[in-house]
Amino acid sequence: MSIDNSTVKKVASLARIEIKSDEEDTLIKELNNIILWVDELQKVNTDKVDPMLSVFNESMPMRQDIAKSNYSNKLIMKNSPKSNSGFFVVPKVVE
Amino acid sequence: MEYLIDGSMNKWELILGLEVHAQISSRSKLFSEAPTNWGADPNSQVDLVDCGMPGALPVINEYCVEQAILTGLSLNARINKTSIFDRKNYFYPDLPQGYQISQFEYPIVGKGFIVINCDGVEKQIGITRLHLEQDAGKSMHDQEVESSFIDLNRSGCALMEIVSEPDMRSPTEAAEYVKKLRNILRYIGSCDGNMEKGNLRADVNVSVRLPGEELGTRCEIKNVNSIKFIQQAIDYESKRQVEILESGGSIKQETRLFDPNKGETRSMRGKEESHDYRYFPDPDLPPLVLTDEKINKLKKTLPELPDDKKKRLMSEFKLNDYDAEILVNDKDIAEFFESTVCGRDGKIVSNWVTGEVFSYLKRIEKNIKESKITSNKLGGLLDLVIDGTISNRQAKEIFEDFIDSDEDPRKFIQERGLVQLSDMNEIENLIKSVLQQNPKMVEDYKNGKEKLFGFFVGQVMKVSEGKANPKIVNETLKKLLK
Repeated sequence: MSIDNSTVKKVASLARIEIKSDEEDTLIKELNNIILWVDELQKVNTDKVDPMLSVFNESMPMRQDIAKSNYSNKLIMKNSPKSNSGFFVVPKVVE
Repeated sequence: MEYLIDGSMNKWELILGLEVHAQISSRSKLFSEAPTNWGADPNSQVDLVDCGMPGALPVINEYCVEQAILTGLSLNARINKTSIFDRKNYFYPDLPQGYQISQFEYPIVGKGFIVINCDGVEKQIGITRLHLEQDAGKSMHDQEVESSFIDLNRSGCALMEIVSEPDMRSPTEAAEYVKKLRNILRYIGSCDGNMEKGNLRADVNVSVRLPGEELGTRCEIKNVNSIKFIQQAIDYESKRQVEILESGGSIKQETRLFDPNKGETRSMRGKEESHDYRYFPDPDLPPLVLTDEKINKLKKTLPELPDDKKKRLMSEFKLNDYDAEILVNDKDIAEFFESTVCGRDGKIVSNWVTGEVFSYLKRIEKNIKESKITSNKLGGLLDLVIDGTISNRQAKEIFEDFIDSDEDPRKFIQERGLVQLSDMNEIENLIKSVLQQNPKMVEDYKNGKEKLFGFFVGQVMKVSEGKANPKIVNETLKKLLK
């Protein structure tokens, strides 16, 4: 598998990252290098190895189901560029 | 009976699979302490995780994990002792993290099944999986022309996504599946099943094929929020697909939206590109590891589920399949029945619950818990019928007024002079006077006109102003007419 110009553009658009046309070549090269490295890893025989589900060797800590109102509307809205009646206001997006 | 769609050329088989999203009835969210109360002021129940603040770390709610396990067990499913949370990446204004924490390759619950009942025929529907995930926030588009309003109160609430196998073959089967699933969730208490509030909603996968052939391409209808709409959406969508296929076209795999006003589904253009979710394990969350001990402990707390309750009601109270099914289909009704039937005749109580109680609730548009009906009230009234103080008919006539009042049943009927006449001598006297007044009829009856028996009963009831005990009237009349 190798990455070309259109894949780079697609990934960038999915990640909402703007890339300039003179950056494309560098990115193509870098991403292909990563894939080459993964291809190299694929050669290792893992038939008898359980999939590693996480790099943590521990299980998830849990908390009790206790509700706390730690943040007021005012605090939550503090960084929003635009708000109205307690709502965040964003450019219209309709599906 | 087999359900096939009649095209202009062929008969087509319908293949349906459902993804049901059920919000867990927890006090706080799946990964944050924010409360989950419905209808709160906008953005008043938002913690740092829920609004995607950088550096905010998710910590899982143990109650939600337990509810997922309980639900899995009641779906006859395997509980996976190790499961993983992944990030499902997409951009939308009501998803401030830029990803939804969900489970992809290693969900908490694996394969299971439930049994549905369509017109008396049982069918097993496979469950593919159940996984835990965060809900998104809510967008409002109708406030301003140029902008959308975002409320993050729902963001981060715990959802169980329950995925079925493509085992359903008709809109009715899909509806029965959702009803059964909702009922099970309510019995366990993991989700209130309220579809109007969006606490339970379904994505419906629809495809058609000629019987015996390979599966066709499917379309997914998103977020249908009532059982009636699920049936309408399937109906419309399957016919649309048949029309396309019969006119030589092909089905494009896509996400569609059901418009309840038009009864149509339409394509959600632009959703396709974002289907590339680039799942990867959430680095903030270690694996969720469960012990046998925990699973077994939860297993012991499982309540009696609808299917088991139905079997028990049938054997314990001699109810027929149909009545028992109706009673267990609503957890509150089943509980009401059981507390009312205690020490009383099962058939009488079941007739009253499925008859008078149901029509009363329908008329006042409330459920049993919101109404003024209690098992003490209904039971008290039924005791008066069972001991013969009033007739069943009298009880039905006063039922609604009695429920609306807060009076003791005996006092209520006495005040209205409703006590049934059961005194044998008095009834005999009434009958004798009726017979004396109608000598011609008596003669006709004795000469074989047996239909007149009903006339005599009617006359006795009339002179007693409806108070005579019909059973005693019938018996005594037969005796006197011999």
